[in-house]
Amino acid sequence: MTPPGTTRSGARPGRPFVSLAAERAMEAAIRLSGISAIVFVLAIFFFIFREAAPVLFSDEFKPLEFLFSVQWYPTSVVDIRYGTLALTAGTVGVTLVAMLLAVPFGLGAAIFVSEFCGRRLRETLKIVIEILAAIPSVVWGFVALTVISRLMVSYTSAPVGVNMLNGGIVLALMSVPIIVSIGEDALKAVPDSYREAALAMGATRWQLVVRVLLPAARNGLLAAVLLGVGRAVGETMAVLMATGHAVQIPHGLLDSVRTLTANIAAELGEAPAGSAHYRVLFLTGIQLFILTFVVNLAADLAIRGVRRK
Amino acid sequence: MTRWPGPPTVRVLLLASLFAAVAAGASCRPKTGGTAIQNKGSDTMVNVAQAWAEAYRLVAPDVNVEVSGGGSGTGIAALTAGTVHIANASRDVKPEEAEQVRRNTGLSPVDHKVGYDALAVYVHPNNPLEAITFETLSGIYREDGPLVRWQQLGFSVPGCRSDEIVRVSRQSSSGTYDFFRERVLNKRDFKLGSRDLNGSKEVVELVGTTPCAIGYSGMGYATAHVKMLKVARRAGEPAYPPTVEATWARAYPIARSLHMYTLGEPAGPVKAYLDWVLSPDGQRILQESGYVPVPPSGEARR
Repeated sequence: MTPPGTTRSGARPGRPFVSLAAERAMEAAIRLSGISAIVFVLAIFFFIFREAAPVLFSDEFKPLEFLFSVQWYPTSVVDIRYGTLALTAGTVGVTLVAMLLAVPFGLGAAIFVSEFCGRRLRETLKIVIEILAAIPSVVWGFVALTVISRLMVSYTSAPVGVNMLNGGIVLALMSVPIIVSIGEDALKAVPDSYREAALAMGATRWQLVVRVLLPAARNGLLAAVLLGVGRAVGETMAVLMATGHAVQIPHGLLDSVRTLTANIAAELGEAPAGSAHYRVLFLTGIQLFILTFVVNLAADLAIRGVRRK
Repeated sequence: MTRWPGPPTVRVLLLASLFAAVAAGASCRPKTGGTAIQNKGSDTMVNVAQAWAEAYRLVAPDVNVEVSGGGSGTGIAALTAGTVHIANASRDVKPEEAEQVRRNTGLSPVDHKVGYDALAVYVHPNNPLEAITFETLSGIYREDGPLVRWQQLGFSVPGCRSDEIVRVSRQSSSGTYDFFRERVLNKRDFKLGSRDLNGSKEVVELVGTTPCAIGYSGMGYATAHVKMLKVARRAGEPAYPPTVEATWARAYPIARSLHMYTLGEPAGPVKAYLDWVLSPDGQRILQESGYVPVPPSGEARR
């Protein structure tokens, strides 16, 4: 009797051809899905750039005016001007307000859900937070327009309830669930041995969170915040309804603003395809793309810097 | 004999689904022998033109009215080229355009006045203002207009703590925005920082809830929560309230008539369509879209 391994003189154990082919196909499919993300990003960038390029390279286009002028008059009869500074300021302003509100709440909730609350409460909270994430943005816009706007007129000196603070609050409400669920996952991913070690050393729960968990889950928490920022920057419908859609540099929280996204949504449908206005709107799309890219890159570099230390 | 598969109930079901499929196929098939009326022009009128076309399908199922926008000039150009039956225009045909039409087609454009576009200036009921001139309106809305506080007009509005004149306007692609800019601002640009809303109704709503606000929108959108101002072209001239009568009399200054132009006198289905547009049914649809109907018979055709 020979042992089973030696009968085929060292060749791999035979498998049916079909199963082997299926495995190869599966592997290729998964590889393709992995690469597809890159392909899609490049394809989207290419498409937007192709639509915007003719105006970018035309003689009438003034890059300085585009970036640094607040004069946005795309359909003027006497003097067409495409200045987007006020729109950029609107996007940055609303996002900043939203993040100032959402990051403390979101991370706080993530820490509470992951470390401090009991099992039953945790399950309830997670379900409610998921429902919060599932509310469509136009419904948030509706809340902003009717509920928050009225409260704002009654309790602040704002002449109009639709303004930067209103937009920020709505965006914060929309990004908190994302920050909570991803932040909680990041905290959960920290090995329990860290917790046990810290507790064994006599750390309080607070010290455990601040000194051990937050540094250990740093990358995941940053990803949570970044996805929240992404949601806030890219959101269109709710900010269109909540911010008042006024082209101006905001001087206070209660000023109405217009964001790049809302401006594209409001104007692209009516701009004749191929016109300068249409192409400039695509250019503002690129601007938005670059804005989010810079934010992501900066955060990534910051994390690396921290890690090296 | 063909044998149907399955027990009797299955056969009935099969037969029924076959009938259903045939019936659905019949109703989906495009109408052959129907007439198509091409209708193009004014963006201001495109919504009401669309509403008319849809409602007319119930009146005359074999006539298909195809509506597209592009602007009054585009519509008249298409009429000149002979590619449309009806051109919509929210302004009169210019003499040189009429000449062009005559030279190209040998026929004159014939005007059918189908309604009026009249804008009202709305303020909050708290606002003591009753009448306003073009000059004041322009001072509030124009790019370099000096009026930014109600105090500059000599009063303050109860409930408006900041005293800021909150300008409510429309998004730059709207026909209402265009018309207001042309008629009141004399084609100059709007002051930046106005709240540019996406609908006529939204303007009235925001003005109704904001004591500091002023806004303009179609006359047909008035509600009990806003006040409409009388408008005068110049200081010293009489100010007229935005009423249907004042519009008909051409006294109210922010109004224009809406036209449909045909090549020569219309006949056949085109005439039937225009007659229906001017009928009580057609005019009701116009009114529901926020415009002012033509006066009942007689005084209309001016």
